[in-house]
Amino acid sequence: MTTHTLRSKRRRSALRTLAFLSPWLIGFSVFFAYPLISTVYFSFMKYDGFRPPEFNGLDNWTYVFNDYPMFWPALRNTLWLVLVMVTCRVAFGLGIGLLITKVKTGTGIFRTLFYLPYLAPPVAATLSFVFLLNPGTGPVNTALESVGLSPPTWFTDPAWSKPALTLLAIWGIGDLMVIFMAALLDVPKEQYEAAQLDGASAWQQFRFVTLPNISPIVLFAVVTGVIATMQYYTQPLVAAKVASGNMGGSGQIFEPGYPEKSTLTLPQTIFNAGFQRFDYGAAAVVALVLFALAMAFTSLLMRRRGGLIRMGD
Amino acid sequence: MAQVLDRKSAAKEAPPTPAARAARRRVLLHWIGVHSLAIAAALFFVLPFVFVVLTSLMNGQQTLTRDLIPTTWEWGNYTKVLDTPGFLTWWRNTLIYAGLGTVLTVVSSIPVAYALAKFRFRGQRLAMMLVISMMMLPPQVIVVPMYLFWAKELDLTGTLWPLIIPMAFGDAFAIFLLRQFLLTIPNEYIDSARVDGCGEVRTLLRVVLPMAKPGIAAVALFQFFYAWNDYFGPQIYTSENPAAWTLSYGLESFKGAHHTDWNLTMAATVLVMAPVILVFFFAQKAFVEGVTLTGVKG
Repeated sequence: MTTHTLRSKRRRSALRTLAFLSPWLIGFSVFFAYPLISTVYFSFMKYDGFRPPEFNGLDNWTYVFNDYPMFWPALRNTLWLVLVMVTCRVAFGLGIGLLITKVKTGTGIFRTLFYLPYLAPPVAATLSFVFLLNPGTGPVNTALESVGLSPPTWFTDPAWSKPALTLLAIWGIGDLMVIFMAALLDVPKEQYEAAQLDGASAWQQFRFVTLPNISPIVLFAVVTGVIATMQYYTQPLVAAKVASGNMGGSGQIFEPGYPEKSTLTLPQTIFNAGFQRFDYGAAAVVALVLFALAMAFTSLLMRRRGGLIRMGD
Repeated sequence: MAQVLDRKSAAKEAPPTPAARAARRRVLLHWIGVHSLAIAAALFFVLPFVFVVLTSLMNGQQTLTRDLIPTTWEWGNYTKVLDTPGFLTWWRNTLIYAGLGTVLTVVSSIPVAYALAKFRFRGQRLAMMLVISMMMLPPQVIVVPMYLFWAKELDLTGTLWPLIIPMAFGDAFAIFLLRQFLLTIPNEYIDSARVDGCGEVRTLLRVVLPMAKPGIAAVALFQFFYAWNDYFGPQIYTSENPAAWTLSYGLESFKGAHHTDWNLTMAATVLVMAPVILVFFFAQKAFVEGVTLTGVKG
């Protein structure tokens, strides 16, 4: 009798759990598992969306790695952006976060001003930056020239297009500022007092009190930054289109990456392979490479020990 | 830090010894240094907005010069943009995508987040790991089969439905954020509701939801802005039909159609940014709370 009620109780609670999870279970199957398995399937198929898919073994893979002209530049750019853009964003985010905790007057106003650009829609923000960094008439270069510098041509120079994108990314640093600010305010005051009694300088206090206390947040910002960089799509594409003057309208085909593939990223490469060249097989291969990279970094967030997201168990 | 400052201001009442005076001067210099740095940083964050607005008010000729301040203030640029065929349609589409999508996301994500935060079941950890994996998955990874699914199986490309329907099945980021928030609600409230004979659904609706309002507000805002800012989704699913474009996607084509008119493009840019900034001023707290929640603290 008791075991019977216990079992039915357990079954009821399992059904209840299932009912609550059901929206996500459907979403997970239809919008994650199914397309992911399909992507693996398409990576071994010759498919242009019109003729039926045809098995072609590893052809897509060898094509992407050996002959597809956009793959390696995109991967190299991603690496550059991960190293430089993520580092700059974390450094500036932390710097602004520190600054705002030191500001004693008008904190709310400063915080709002630093946060706002993060909200600017990426297409709008990118359009603005292409205009502001316009070599001929943009205010930034006008200002630089007026103090006697010879400014770069930003989005039209392959050596400067990624730094220009980095500048845009630093502008939108509000999210990191807020996270760092919250972490900095959580550092126990007593530790600073103890350090001061020991005669620690400002730098030593930062190095031996602040940094150890916020290091999980720094790591979190780095890892999520890397994953966001893997998905980087809208800004480099819009910047390249606007700077090149070829918006891909009225029969023009826009080859992403202007100038000289310097702004090409892996997501753009997937779009180019699939939706511009109608080579869904190659697109699937690039997608799987991107997936592998993103999951490698995601696993850093979730490791059982030292993982950065608390699972609550 | 605060302690030290207090001690120094307490020194005011004592007769000013040279040491105290030097200390006070150091505090003042520190204050000046920090605030001038903050003002310099603020300029970096604000000036781009200022230049965009100023350019949006110039006449076409002046955008080709190096002037920063408009000589004639062309407020008519804004009516010109609003009169552009399609612009108001893009607004309406964006509101539908963002509005309907937000409601669907919130409604479908709440029960999932609740189960992940407050139930105990086998596979819970795995489910949470899968949610985080979904959250981190670049949308472009699965775009090929998803596009083929919407285009060939359902014939819904060229409409907003491929963007909206998935939101009825829980969004990974929304689930994650809500779960993090629900973890902070003490279990005692839920247990006592259960002891009082509340069913799970009633416990969720009557006890948990009222306490979860700030978390829900944050999720709703993030989802709304995600849709408002989304470029990739509309590009994939609606590009064939301009009547289904959203603001973010339409804005780029607007630049294409007016490739020399920076003043009109910047006016359109302001019109796309404005609602986002307006909403932010009314909901600052929810935003900041949401961003903090995405940090590591559970």
